[in-house]
Amino acid sequence: MKLLVPVKRVIDYNVKVRVRGDGSGVDLDNVKMSMNPFDEIAVEEAIRLKEKGVASEIVVVSVGVKQAAETLRTALAMGADRAILITAAEDAAMDIEPLAVAKLLAAVVAAEAPGLVIAGKQAIDNDMNATGQMLAALLGWGQATFASAVAIEGGQAVVTREIDGGLQTVKVTLPAVITADLRLNEPRYASLPNIMKAKKKPLEEKTAADYGVDVAPRLTVVATEEPAGRKAGVKVGSVDELIAKLKNEAGVL
Amino acid sequence: MTSETDRESMDYDVVIVGGGPAGLSAAIRLKQLDADLSVVVLEKGSEIGAHILSGAVLDPSGLDALIPDWKERGAPIKVPVREDNFYLLGAAGKLRLPNWPMPPLMNNHGNYIVSMGNVCRWMAAQAEELGVEIFPGMSCSQIVWEGDRVAGVIAGEFGREADGSIGASYEPGMELRGKYVLLAEGVRGSLTKEVMAKFDLSKGHEPQKFGLGMKEIWQIDPAKHREGTVTHTMGWPLGSNAGGGSFIYHFEDNQVLIGFVVHLNYKNPYLYPYMEFQRFKHHPLVAELLKGGKRVAYGARAISEGGWQSIPKLTAPGVAILGCSAGLVNVPRIKGNHNAMLSGKAAAEAAQAAIAAGREGDELVAYEADLRSGPIAADLKKVRNVKPLWSRLGLPGVALGGLDMWVANLTGWNPFGTWKHGKNDAQATGEAKDYAPITYPRPDGVLSFDRLTNVSFSFTNHEESQPCHLKLKDPAVPIAYTLPKHAEPAQRYCPAGVYEVLEGPDGPRFQINFQNCVHCKTCDIKDPAQNINWTTPQGGDGPNYPNM
Repeated sequence: MKLLVPVKRVIDYNVKVRVRGDGSGVDLDNVKMSMNPFDEIAVEEAIRLKEKGVASEIVVVSVGVKQAAETLRTALAMGADRAILITAAEDAAMDIEPLAVAKLLAAVVAAEAPGLVIAGKQAIDNDMNATGQMLAALLGWGQATFASAVAIEGGQAVVTREIDGGLQTVKVTLPAVITADLRLNEPRYASLPNIMKAKKKPLEEKTAADYGVDVAPRLTVVATEEPAGRKAGVKVGSVDELIAKLKNEAGVL
Repeated sequence: MTSETDRESMDYDVVIVGGGPAGLSAAIRLKQLDADLSVVVLEKGSEIGAHILSGAVLDPSGLDALIPDWKERGAPIKVPVREDNFYLLGAAGKLRLPNWPMPPLMNNHGNYIVSMGNVCRWMAAQAEELGVEIFPGMSCSQIVWEGDRVAGVIAGEFGREADGSIGASYEPGMELRGKYVLLAEGVRGSLTKEVMAKFDLSKGHEPQKFGLGMKEIWQIDPAKHREGTVTHTMGWPLGSNAGGGSFIYHFEDNQVLIGFVVHLNYKNPYLYPYMEFQRFKHHPLVAELLKGGKRVAYGARAISEGGWQSIPKLTAPGVAILGCSAGLVNVPRIKGNHNAMLSGKAAAEAAQAAIAAGREGDELVAYEADLRSGPIAADLKKVRNVKPLWSRLGLPGVALGGLDMWVANLTGWNPFGTWKHGKNDAQATGEAKDYAPITYPRPDGVLSFDRLTNVSFSFTNHEESQPCHLKLKDPAVPIAYTLPKHAEPAQRYCPAGVYEVLEGPDGPRFQINFQNCVHCKTCDIKDPAQNINWTTPQGGDGPNYPNM
């Protein structure tokens, strides 16, 4: 079975995100970018399925700026077999919306015919949590989101999902879309020898136009603001003062 | 499970440790001279530039020699220095020193305000275009010895557990072997230290001297921003407690690069360099500028300040030491990047000639000869007395150093001969009983910040489940010796709050929060007991500086 894993190049999780001086978005100048951590988990899961003999080939795909090739190389160094880069934006500040990404991925699925797509549950930059679900809908496939354990049994995937207050186990018929949650696995390091070898693995370059998908944004960003700074607390002298403050100032009583 | 014995090996012509200005210059020069050479650059930062911290006013002479058409190639070197100011600060006032008594070499005309991290990112792209292989996120943790010859390095070991044992995701790293290994690790490189000790390369040279540089990037009110303005100050708040001073550079996009340097030969163990920096920002000269602005990044790095007298022997069989690992900063000019680049170029030329002649693993004597007689020597020799005069006589010493530089500039001869540095910075630390603790004002959270808040603006991260990379030779020493004798200055000299002395039921305890480490190396330099050994943590860990 072939596996398809979409990966996104996002602002690194160590970076303190800062709004540009003119409020037009997040400052990305010379900021470290890396693979979306949930996508790393998805890549790791795919590699484990291949190591178990369940999967035969892992194809990784990324939609975005041409620098996303680095992200794909990381996935190849971890253990994916080949990569497809779909260039859809000139500027990293242009975020391709989930529907456009899902349409492009659906086109890749049509061409590659994978038996399973494993994606990260969401990207840590815009937190949309939509691409995997939209892809399943466009393909008419089953979906199992927020996976914390995956087992392939016959023609089905048995997926444990983290839900409010517990774990839910679902079965979906393959082909299907699974999205990875934090506790699914701990991704491996991309070792230096494997990074060297990854340079020689195939990376196919495409554009959004090759798939006939319009990536123009459908949403308008009205404003980008930093959260208000936390105000210093105050010490109250008595219970009465506290109640008075809660009533009159906080307005919660 | 993989083990150390499964380590793969790869042969290169030249292995370069460190992707800063020196290492990248060497890589570029090697490929310019011979496109067929195989050249690899290993960088411990998560990407090129992630561990680069510099002021910086760049003297482009190094880059001119390496890539003369850097402008056409789009180098991020775009803010020429337009105005040079020098102030002597008092607690509230300032004395502007006129520019005329400044020796001409201190004039910044023709220099540029840059982010050296971004210059390195651009240099890396140039190097890759020439076919250099660059691997960021790979720490070089060991030298590969072949008898008494350096034959390579081990890079990219991952996945040891906190106790040092091999974890489930262990990657043994890789042996990268080279005909020559160039060490360009920056100030106080950990492999450089090992090589210097093994071959006693400091013998016959003065000890290296250091400063601690701390830097913040501020986004300020556009009305106050004057692109291209360079200001340096001395005096308050350090006074006679320590040598040092500040820089304030008006960079592009309404950013101001503000930094503070404290010479690490200070005696009073209660001195708190980080707090001196924070206090400095409350001087009216600075506070007025920063008011309404926002600090967007913070970082710190040790600086080499020994100059000409302290440059060690630079070569040993199979290995050469470059850039700030060799200590090529010009203290009065407050610049070293140009010399780092020139040293990279010189080392590359020597290595290429040696390889072309069929040699390998010997000493690159041509490199050392070039450094000691070429443009780097011309830059450093004239100014060699400023730092020792400053250390001994304080600010009047700086004036004498200026006189010495003037005469050297006019006649090529230094009237004061060559002054010695004397003690190294660790030995210079005084005993606690001879000094009174210093009380510092609390940071206000607007202009000044507490240390840990600022560290979060260096975007530092270390995988927690790995061995602590700050090794104590003797774990008992901090509490048994350094605390009673020197009031354990690690609590204060570390600009990232890595070291703490915690009071517990069984008495004081020394704690190392290695996760905060910004890789400045000050502890390795200043610990009076010389008990702390800075080693590389896992690759990719440490700060993630964006535009430093």
